[in-house]
Amino acid sequence: MIQVENLTRYYGHTVGVRSLSFEVPRGEVLGFLGPNGAGKTTTMKMLTCYIPPTSGTARICGFDIVDEPMEVRRRIGYLPEKNPLYKDMCVREYLRYVCELKGVSRNRIKSETDRTIEQCGLEPVPNRLIGSISKGFQQRVGMAQAIINDPELLILDEPTLGLDPKQIIGVRQLIKTLGQTRTIILSSHILPEVSQVCNRIIILNDGELIAIDTPENLRSRIGKSSVLRLTLRNVPGSSKAGEILAGLDGVISIRNGPVDSDKVHLSVESKPGSDPREMIIARLVEERVPILEIRSEELSLEDIFLHLVTGEES
Amino acid sequence: MMQRLAAIYRKELKSHFQSVTAYVTIGIFFIITGYFFVNIFKFYNLLSLQSARDPSIAESLNIIERVMRPLFSNISIVLLLVLPLLTMRLIAEERKQGTFELLLTYPVRDIETVGGKFLATLTTFAVMLAGTLLFPLLLSIFADPEPGPIITGYLGLFLMGCMFISIGIFFSSLTNHQLVAGISTFGVALLFLVIGWASPFVSPAASKVLLQFSLLKHFESFAKGVLDTQDITYYLFTTFFFLFMTLKSIESNRWRS
Ligand SMILES: Nc1ncnc2c1ncn2[C@@H]1O[C@H](COP(=O)(O)OP(=O)(O)OP(=O)(O)O)[C@@H](O)[C@H]1O
Ligand SMILES: [Mg+2]
Repeated sequence: MIQVENLTRYYGHTVGVRSLSFEVPRGEVLGFLGPNGAGKTTTMKMLTCYIPPTSGTARICGFDIVDEPMEVRRRIGYLPEKNPLYKDMCVREYLRYVCELKGVSRNRIKSETDRTIEQCGLEPVPNRLIGSISKGFQQRVGMAQAIINDPELLILDEPTLGLDPKQIIGVRQLIKTLGQTRTIILSSHILPEVSQVCNRIIILNDGELIAIDTPENLRSRIGKSSVLRLTLRNVPGSSKAGEILAGLDGVISIRNGPVDSDKVHLSVESKPGSDPREMIIARLVEERVPILEIRSEELSLEDIFLHLVTGEES
Repeated sequence: MMQRLAAIYRKELKSHFQSVTAYVTIGIFFIITGYFFVNIFKFYNLLSLQSARDPSIAESLNIIERVMRPLFSNISIVLLLVLPLLTMRLIAEERKQGTFELLLTYPVRDIETVGGKFLATLTTFAVMLAGTLLFPLLLSIFADPEPGPIITGYLGLFLMGCMFISIGIFFSSLTNHQLVAGISTFGVALLFLVIGWASPFVSPAASKVLLQFSLLKHFESFAKGVLDTQDITYYLFTTFFFLFMTLKSIESNRWRS
């Protein structure tokens, strides 16, 4: 679907992105992650043929972004970072205009407009001026213009920027639905969002690719063990629980947490890749210690991100 | 090609007629040209009254010479003031809003974008200009002006408008600031208008070159009722030149932005 080869862009002497190479198979949802100024937007602007690369190139659906920009543009939908819209047009009127610009044939314009209005949940506002609807709806209008004419590739630059939590969930849901049938590239600062929505993540920093992998692999790549948090009822046997569990396979160490009048808290550190939960439960049942809660605490993407970008341990 | 150009044309035309600026602009245009017309016509009446006593004046009482020609040159000055107000937002506003970036990622050729915007503004201008046909119509009630010079004069004004609009689009594509675009357009168009004034003070060769650039010089034949290909070419060439430069400027913007 997308092959990026040594894509490089300078703004004068400032680096936008440097020597970026990666591939995206059809149907994948790929996330761009990186701090401000990492080069996410720059990369997207090049893939959408808005700015030409300084050197290197990329092929989208087999078409070169430098040599065949028209063919590429026919196959992409783009939501820019600032979601620019014509504030003095109505939603429907605007979507019709986009249909015409994207070359939707005259007899399909109405059905295409209706489809995108429905798919993006714009039914409450089709005849309102874009400038007068809420930011959440404006963002949906931005998504709607991107998916008009059913492009094979969607490029979404921070699609949830500036929305309230409820709208964020709505837009994410929309992206997930769209991602079932399309290839999507999106960028974000919100790490859980990327791990929720994306199959793979590219981490960029200072214009360079630092890592590209699935969220799970990125976690295990850091090679940190995972931690289980246990809450037990405070019964006579529970004081020994720590010693008992320490002997189990895959368990590295046990830390005793606070002891309440009725609860005991424990942290169990396990070897990477092993999951001793079942054994722990079986052992504790044997010892007749009631388990109130057992929770696996995975390394968050924040940790991974900071680790990869700054090399800092969190 | 046509569908996209037509879509941009319709959208721009609509936004011209939706914006208050356009109505104010057109309103001011009619008020000023009307004011000129009334005054020129009054002066003509005064002369014709005097001619009853002094027959030597009567010979110079050609209605085309005395009314339409001054009216044409007044209209051209008003266009110089008014057209930059219509053209300044064309691209600058979209660049500022960021919608231009999105437009450039649709499968639309730059030439379709520029063409649609140019033709929409040209249509608005044509409507404005057609409104001033009222003046020669009024004249024909009182007198019997020859139609030839009026038709060619209007053709000349139309071509002059094409040129102003293309200069306007060009400057609008250079900047995000509408006002900067408008003022630059005005400045450059004014320069084309007055460049001939320097011709008496320079060497004959340079004077010839200056006159070649002069907008007024090339308008003379139209006002006289003569169609000169050289003059038509001048307006068409400058129009296409600035439209071409607009395409180049959009192209180079991609490199800079
Ligand atoms: N138009 C421009 N002119 C000059 N430099 C630019 C321009 N656009 C981006 N840059 C520079 O290129 C680098 C990458 O910017 P880019 O906008 O791609 O980052 P980003 O990852 O999208 O950041 P953010 O998360 O803030 O959106 C930055 O150093 C930025 O200053
Ligand atoms: Mg960005």
